[in-house]
Amino acid sequence: MIKAILIFNNHGKPRMSKFYEHYTEDTEQQIIRETFHLVSKRDENICNFLEGGLLIGGSDNKLIYRHYATLYFVFCVDSSESELGILDLIQVFVETLDKCFENVCELDLIFHVDKVHNILAEMVMGGMVLETNMSEIITQVEAQGKMEKSEAGIAGAPARAVSAVKNMNLPEMPKNINIGDISIKVPNLPSFK
Amino acid sequence: MALKIVKGSIDRMFDKNLQDLVRGIRNHKEDEAKYISTCIDEIKQELKQDNIAVKANAVCKLTYLQMLGYDVSWAAFNIVEVMSSSKFTYKRIGYLAASQCFHEGTDVIMLTTNQIRKDLSSPHQYDTGVALTGLSCFVTPDLARDLANDIMTLMSHTKPYIRKKAVLIMYKVFLKYPESLRPAFPRLKEKLEDPDPGVQSAAVNVICELARRNPKNYLSLAPLFFKLMTSSTNNWVLIKIIKLFGALTPLEPRLGKKMIEPLTNLIHSTSAMSLLYECVNTVIAVLISLSSGMPNHSASIQLCVQKLRILIEDSDQNLKYLGLLAMSKILKTHPKSVQSHKDLILQCLDDKDESIRLRALDLLYGMVSKKNLMEIVKKLMLHVDKAEGTTYRDELLTKIIDICSQSNYQYITNFEWYISILVELTRLEGTRHGHLIASQMLDVAIRVKAIRGFAVAQMATLLDNAHLLTGNTQRNGICEVLYAAAWICGEFSEHLEDPMQTLEAMLRPKVATLPGHIQAVYVQNAAKLFATVLRKHEGETDSHAAQETSQLLIDRLPLFVQSANLEVQERASCILQLVKYIQKLQQKKVEVAEEVTALFAGELNPVAPKAQKKVPVPEGLDLDAWINKPPSESESEDEKPKAVFAKEEPKHSRSRHTEVDEKELARRREARKQEQANNPFYIKASPSSQKVYDAPGVEHIPVVQIDLSVPLKVPGMPMSDQYLKLEEERRQKEKAERKKKEKKKKREKRGKERKADSGPESEEDITPAHQVDIVTEEMPENALPSDDDDKDPNDPHKALDIDLDKPLADSEKLPVRTHRPEVLKSPAEDRVNENIPQETKKRSGKETKEKKKGKEKDRKRSKEEKKKKKHKEVEEELLESQPEEAVQSEETKEAATPPTSTSAEASDLDFWLCSAPVPPAAQEETAPSSAAAVDTSSAAAPESEPDEPKDAEPEDTKSSKHKKKKQKKEKEEKEKKKKKRHHHHHHHHHHHHSDAGGEDSVQNGTVEEEEPLPPMSNYSLLAENSYIKMMKEDADQVYDIQGNHQDESKVVVSVIFENKSDSFLKSMEFNVLDSLNSKLQRPEGAGAHDSLTVPFQLPPGISNEARFVFSVQSIVMPQKLKGTLTFIVKSDESSTHEKLDFKLHFTCTSYLITTPCYSDAYAKLLESGDLKGSSLRLEGINMPFHHLLARICFHHHFSVVERIDSCASMYSRSIQGHHVCLLVKTSDQTVSIDAKCDEPSLLGNVLDEIKQTFSKC
Repeated sequence: MIKAILIFNNHGKPRMSKFYEHYTEDTEQQIIRETFHLVSKRDENICNFLEGGLLIGGSDNKLIYRHYATLYFVFCVDSSESELGILDLIQVFVETLDKCFENVCELDLIFHVDKVHNILAEMVMGGMVLETNMSEIITQVEAQGKMEKSEAGIAGAPARAVSAVKNMNLPEMPKNINIGDISIKVPNLPSFK
Repeated sequence: MALKIVKGSIDRMFDKNLQDLVRGIRNHKEDEAKYISTCIDEIKQELKQDNIAVKANAVCKLTYLQMLGYDVSWAAFNIVEVMSSSKFTYKRIGYLAASQCFHEGTDVIMLTTNQIRKDLSSPHQYDTGVALTGLSCFVTPDLARDLANDIMTLMSHTKPYIRKKAVLIMYKVFLKYPESLRPAFPRLKEKLEDPDPGVQSAAVNVICELARRNPKNYLSLAPLFFKLMTSSTNNWVLIKIIKLFGALTPLEPRLGKKMIEPLTNLIHSTSAMSLLYECVNTVIAVLISLSSGMPNHSASIQLCVQKLRILIEDSDQNLKYLGLLAMSKILKTHPKSVQSHKDLILQCLDDKDESIRLRALDLLYGMVSKKNLMEIVKKLMLHVDKAEGTTYRDELLTKIIDICSQSNYQYITNFEWYISILVELTRLEGTRHGHLIASQMLDVAIRVKAIRGFAVAQMATLLDNAHLLTGNTQRNGICEVLYAAAWICGEFSEHLEDPMQTLEAMLRPKVATLPGHIQAVYVQNAAKLFATVLRKHEGETDSHAAQETSQLLIDRLPLFVQSANLEVQERASCILQLVKYIQKLQQKKVEVAEEVTALFAGELNPVAPKAQKKVPVPEGLDLDAWINKPPSESESEDEKPKAVFAKEEPKHSRSRHTEVDEKELARRREARKQEQANNPFYIKASPSSQKVYDAPGVEHIPVVQIDLSVPLKVPGMPMSDQYLKLEEERRQKEKAERKKKEKKKKREKRGKERKADSGPESEEDITPAHQVDIVTEEMPENALPSDDDDKDPNDPHKALDIDLDKPLADSEKLPVRTHRPEVLKSPAEDRVNENIPQETKKRSGKETKEKKKGKEKDRKRSKEEKKKKKHKEVEEELLESQPEEAVQSEETKEAATPPTSTSAEASDLDFWLCSAPVPPAAQEETAPSSAAAVDTSSAAAPESEPDEPKDAEPEDTKSSKHKKKKQKKEKEEKEKKKKKRHHHHHHHHHHHHSDAGGEDSVQNGTVEEEEPLPPMSNYSLLAENSYIKMMKEDADQVYDIQGNHQDESKVVVSVIFENKSDSFLKSMEFNVLDSLNSKLQRPEGAGAHDSLTVPFQLPPGISNEARFVFSVQSIVMPQKLKGTLTFIVKSDESSTHEKLDFKLHFTCTSYLITTPCYSDAYAKLLESGDLKGSSLRLEGINMPFHHLLARICFHHHFSVVERIDSCASMYSRSIQGHHVCLLVKTSDQTVSIDAKCDEPSLLGNVLDEIKQTFSKC
């Protein structure tokens, strides 16, 4: 079982968090903080597993993470999951994000958490892996996206226009924000190596 | 209408959407909290509006804020509103929010049941999908109960997308509502064989999760999983299944045996590291579960260790880490095989990755033996010196101590060495583990009596050089060792060479800077030393020295009397007065030494840490009862001041506690004994209990004088190294002596078993340097056996420990909503129907509210939508009636089928586990797999091959082809002989997966007393030359392809190719000269005489297996096919073409399939009269009857129908459906077989083959 999936950046800012067990908001924040603390002090070229995840559920748990550019993707899993399998799953997840956002970068995750959640929902459900095939995931995500668009129809058009106008008028467009503008370079790792 | 919508959205466009919110937060870095609170206010306003779009937008923002740590549970009802929107866009937002913040305590969840049910049955798959995803996160016991049936229906949905989600969510439903497991299980099981791989994977996932917690209930699924394992190509699924088998094998050793071979196959063949790793892990689990019964799996262990070594040597840190992790699992049961990789593990200590270093350390812990302990510790000591960062160094230190002290100092052969290691460790700067070293010193000194002299000497030096330890500032940790040093010197002062000097060292003014508890020990032990000094000078005419000592104490002790520490002060003043008094007596020339020593007389024995806990509670004593009246609340405040003293306790080191405990316990025990002795009513437990206290008398423990031949300090070399050297020399000497002895022996019985004298010493060979008596820890009389049951009673999985094989009872149904018929109808309709007879009136009230809103919304909707809705309603009406029917019919089905299937299932499992060649249940599909299963047994086979071929070969490896041709004929003859011998060998040397098989397929009960079967193998030599050896499976796995012509069947032949040369073999091509009857199946488009390429190459020494399919028309006669194998031998310099001829022999037996047959069916078959008979007599068979049967079963694919004493009926079926029945009887080495078959010539041939089999043995 996957206990939690966390994405945060190099400064520990949460970009997405999904807990498959209930915790209060405060505990969740604490878990994110502590996980960041554990993960961030590790060098780049050392192993991606951290044992004794005392944060969630006890000693059976492990933290398995990958670090891409400015983001950490952390999966907290118990012993029923294969470590290398989860590493591959993270890779699939990031590659899927990359495909869905077209060169995903931290900003995409910042402004579209909901979309990230929807993509994740096609991969992992209730802590169990639902699908590992990337093209299948993308097909489902896109089909739902289309459905959303068709529902928006005319009603959506003005809203979109307004949002475009807003973006023009407001000087604080993400362009001015430097952090996270680097797209997450997704290395082409062979799946299930 | 459209205008209204546009207007609504124009209103909306000035609302902040999620992106605006995020942007806003980023722009208000300074006052983020304030900004967010204004946003929340806005959101609250938005939620009050009727427009669902506005609400959805607000909820979307709340989901984001929830991630940032804001509690949004106040909006739960609004989330439910958004969830119930008919638009997918909003619904998804609602469900996402719900999945992020709903939990069991959320009270609005109970409002969602109907909404979720509606969504589950929605015609749009994504509505259903979103509902399932959401539900998986917040399902409660109530929801699970109410929706279990709906979800179960979805498991058979037409769309795989829904099916897989429904299957997956069932796990959550089971957890929350365990009663649903049994009714839903049959369908879940069915989904294991779903045509869609995603659904299949989901089902595997769920069952693996379930089985992990309660493996025994899922054993009966093993054959099914086995089949999946051998057929699936999805690595994710494979990993899950393999992990599952890892959990199952401890429960069923037979399963383990069956697993090893396919797993090793996978290990050989897979390129996916993740899969390889899990395979290795499961093989390890299997080996652990088998370790007691089957010692002969060294090949598998070797394979695992070897693969793990590759992982550890990999540059990828992840693989390295996992390799070490798995290695530590092997270590527990097969330490020897890991120990040979000590070099590699020690190398990992240098790794830059701390997690890897720590893993390696863990491994070292298990790898030590008497032989290598010193060496390993020496390496670790080097690392301690090099280590950067105190945490890692501390970890090293604790590991060193753990390694040395494990299992009661089992591996330490020289305690002097250990003490020196401990002393060396005290030189570590800034360690936190001073108390650990101290407690080790104390423990060793107390329990190893022989070492006390040496320990005391070392401790005295330590005390003398105390300034080194306390020198710079507060190296607080390490000064703890002084505590131990002072105590040891005091307690065992009789061993001190110069007590006076030590006494002086202990009373230096600098001591006053030490922590209080250490000073206290100093003072107390100074008194002990004082007593020793006095005794030493007793009887001397000149009492000057003794008086000088008293004066020293009197001079120095006042310093301690002024100590701020109460304990120090008290002891010091007490002892000061005592010494003053003694001084007076001394001046009067009174002999005082004896009296002073009496103060500290008595021997201390170590007490087990659990001893106190184990004292049984005397009868009639209630520990929870109040002794006095319970104090009133107000009194508790009065107790507070006491805490001031109690608080100091935790500061004291661990060792101190133990000491106090020991003393305390001894004292109490003494007191109790006194009391008991004085109490006339006390009945002594047994005479032996008295002994327990008196017996551990020191006298009878042999205390060996240690010859302190080692100088205490060797310049330029740490002491422990010196010991290492000495120890090596000692062992060499011992070994030499042993060798001498052995030689003597050898001379006596030369020619008998040769012992490799250069081989590694076995553990037992190393004798400890000193005869050391490690005093065991004392336990109280009639101690209770420890049984700490630490199972978590709150584990939700406990409830899922349900027997799944029992047939379903009528009462076991998922709750179907018959008692509230309206719920079945679509919620759209129950808006119209106002009759809601539900339990909660509150709920219905709210619902009507919703309905009103819904109506309003409806009005807003376009006509088009209305039309659609009508259509929908009709559809839904149709749907309504369907599920009900479906459910009912299903239940009847489920209730009806299991009784037969389950009982059969259990026996199926047994049969599957034990039946030798083909698992009957999953015969067709497993055929290739079980063929593969034999692979490893054969891979191991070559080892046992006689050496002759190799001896003969070297000449002709490089010989010309001409020569070879000549030799060929000879060789063929040789091979024939060899074949026979080969069989023979197998019987003796190999445990085979099927050996238990034959045994068990014979009737149970009688089997146990009979002797075990010799192992059998199905592989025989096909052909070989100097380069390559081909082995063919005798019992070809045969299967017929349905839909083919009746008279044409296919036979699969497994051939193992083994490269015997030092060169690389490649481009292997396999060809057979087809006969009219049998043809090699070639790929389409290939000519009738084209050869098949063997799909692999063979590096030197490697073997691999290939399978070839033949089509056979008539099976009544055995067939022989001539064939050739051509290949290229590639060595460094050259490559040559080689070829090998062989003859494939298809016996009639190979067309038989093991098919179980029940005795009644068997009787009918015989009665039918369609069968023609024949018989066979075998003379001189002197093997047990069950061996005989097992042989027939194994080699000729029969199964036993019934066995009565020395008479058995057997059955088999050919691939073309011929029945073959045997009646086997035995008496006095004569076996008669009466056989019947509908095809006489087939029968004749089979009987001939049986005869041949037995003539071989």
